[in-house]
Amino acid sequence: MSRCLIRGGRVIDPASGLDAVGDVWLCDGAIVAGPLEGDLDDELDAAGKIVCPGLIETQATLQEPGWDDDETIASGTAAAVAGGVTSVACLPETQPVVDNRAAVEFIRQQAERAGACHVFPLGAVTKNRDGQELAEIGQLVEGGAVALSDGKRPVANAEVMRRALEYARMFGRRIFHHSQVPELVAGGVMHEGLYSTLLGLGGMPAEAEEIMVARDVALAEMTGGSLHLMTISTAASVDILRRAKQRGVDVTGSVTPHHLVLTDAELQSFDANCKVDPPLRSSEHVEALVEGLVDGTIDVICSDHRPVPAEEKDLELDVAPFGIVGLETLLPLCVRALIDSERLDWPSLIALLTSGPARVLGVEAGSLAEGCVADVIVIDPDAEWTIDPAKFRSRCSNSPFAGWQVRGRVETVFVDGQRIFSVESVETVEDDG
Amino acid sequence: MSTTSDDQPEPPDGPVWTGEHLLGLEDLTAEEITAILDQAAEFKSRSLESNKKLDLLDGIVVANLFFEPSTRTRTSFSLAAKRLSADTIDFSSSGSSLSKGETFIDTARNIEAMGASLVVVRHRSPGAPHQLARHINASVVNAGDGTHEHPTQALLDLFTIREKRGSLEGLTVTLVGDILHSRVARSNIWGLKKLGARVIVCGPSTLIPPRIEELGVEVAHRLDDVLGETDCVNLLRIQFERQRGAFFPSIREYTHFYGMNAKRLKAARPDVMILAPGPINRGVELTQEVADGPHSVILDQVTNGLAVRMACLYMLQRCRAVGGSR
Repeated sequence: MSRCLIRGGRVIDPASGLDAVGDVWLCDGAIVAGPLEGDLDDELDAAGKIVCPGLIETQATLQEPGWDDDETIASGTAAAVAGGVTSVACLPETQPVVDNRAAVEFIRQQAERAGACHVFPLGAVTKNRDGQELAEIGQLVEGGAVALSDGKRPVANAEVMRRALEYARMFGRRIFHHSQVPELVAGGVMHEGLYSTLLGLGGMPAEAEEIMVARDVALAEMTGGSLHLMTISTAASVDILRRAKQRGVDVTGSVTPHHLVLTDAELQSFDANCKVDPPLRSSEHVEALVEGLVDGTIDVICSDHRPVPAEEKDLELDVAPFGIVGLETLLPLCVRALIDSERLDWPSLIALLTSGPARVLGVEAGSLAEGCVADVIVIDPDAEWTIDPAKFRSRCSNSPFAGWQVRGRVETVFVDGQRIFSVESVETVEDDG
Repeated sequence: MSTTSDDQPEPPDGPVWTGEHLLGLEDLTAEEITAILDQAAEFKSRSLESNKKLDLLDGIVVANLFFEPSTRTRTSFSLAAKRLSADTIDFSSSGSSLSKGETFIDTARNIEAMGASLVVVRHRSPGAPHQLARHINASVVNAGDGTHEHPTQALLDLFTIREKRGSLEGLTVTLVGDILHSRVARSNIWGLKKLGARVIVCGPSTLIPPRIEELGVEVAHRLDDVLGETDCVNLLRIQFERQRGAFFPSIREYTHFYGMNAKRLKAARPDVMILAPGPINRGVELTQEVADGPHSVILDQVTNGLAVRMACLYMLQRCRAVGGSR
């Protein structure tokens, strides 16, 4: 028997509606009702801290197999844990693509070898993510794929998308879609607006996303399939999602923290670390995203972790790859965008990072209810620190947040009841005195 | 031709430009732009018109890094450096980093290691000179970055108009054509607005970028509508190489609405000035008779380009000398 007690923290568990000071008991990898008899293997004083379920990432790119110089399942999950993320759903943007059962099982096996946190593979919607023929979705599901996605490549063909939604429904799996009309963003680097005009950079209009969001919602409604809109970024997308939910369409949506704390004005620095897909939008879109989080339209905040090595981000802005390495800055950016601005309270924010993602992925995680898997984190909500990408556990440091003073820090992480990360154990605490 | 070393330029009175780099006109104030134009005027009379080589950049290495094909701008910068007695390195390569296997930043670092303290860069990607400025110690001059800015072209346009008209204040300048893909347009808008001109951009609606009005310009789609109120027409080249798809139905239709021809010239003001950044597509943006006619200042622009580039190189180097080795 392995017993652990996290004592006296503010325990927040959105899945069971709990927000109270108390103890959390872990025993043999599960949450149990305390108190337990006998010796404790681990004990932690969490007074003044928040104790909540481990965070769940819905779309990380872990680069393995294929680009393991940039990230591996081991380095990506180590980064996840350091950010308080105890479950990572990974996109099939690998080489070879996770479009067959063997590839799914390889990912699960590598995750087990890494032993850091839970990894939930997403399988491809179409073979080789080409958007033409359906992948063997049933086999992918049997191999352990929790949902289906072609990653950042939209399924442009509406007929293929229709069949994917219909077919995946048979297996109870959701289609995660990067909703974007490819021809409207061709050659695009940033949001189309005042700043793209100023900078002469190729524009990606908001409508490229909104047209596809509307198509996808219509197809989900038509087929009764389950749809997840990955990282929406515009006001109209939020509005379409809101109205679709009111009609009862099975559709969910996510946003990233960088779309909440940055705008397209950042591109004036020509810093490729601000080049993301979907692009950073103008401030009116950012406000609409926050409103979508406040009224519950948006289900999930995800880091959209995409490691890109420095030598590729140092290329010309129009050829540098898209992406921000995000797992280790997920929580403090959310605190800045939503808690510091008093738009959300802690239980609502934690829901967007735990129970929301668990529901969208359809996985058993993200709760502190008795019998649930003992993935628990302790957050110091007031700890102030400086983001230093050089200290990231990810193999890449493509972050526009270097040097940002942030608040809110994951201090301790338990996965399956085992303490696997403590902030004291790494040289990341402010040492500038 | 003789070399003079006796007299340094007059110590400037009034505002000066002390930039570390010349990346775009967005970054400059009206006073700084005027300081550059004044310096260029001095070089035009002291060097170009009297055929004298100056030794102001003696011992300095100027590197011209052209990652995109260019004849006019490259030779203009090269000659401007030589008229100031600098040594020059000319490096030309088309294509992006990816196609060459070496990043453009590495290329620039190599050239800098050869002793270049002024690096002139032309690149097809917006922001490439800005990225370079972060990675090298030399002063960077933007000689055109994709569809973003082309500051020395705008400076020579401003110089040419100011030389003929005395001032930009209150003049109406119409930029005609492909505004969306034009770095010349963006730099011109910044410079013209800062010096007090009224700016109209005129082109097919598909080639006018969104929210351009917020830069303080007016938008027109028919040249004939605005010709009568225009003092200077700047005919931008159709950037066939930057256009991804069909932005207008045909060259013939473009010329029908936007081509400057003898008939339009008659409808224009009698003292209208015709500028074109070149290279010009004769028969598309303007006809032979307009290009070579009395209203055209196209060749003055070329001469003035030399003076403006001499001024930029000299002032950047002077700033480096004052600021110590950066």
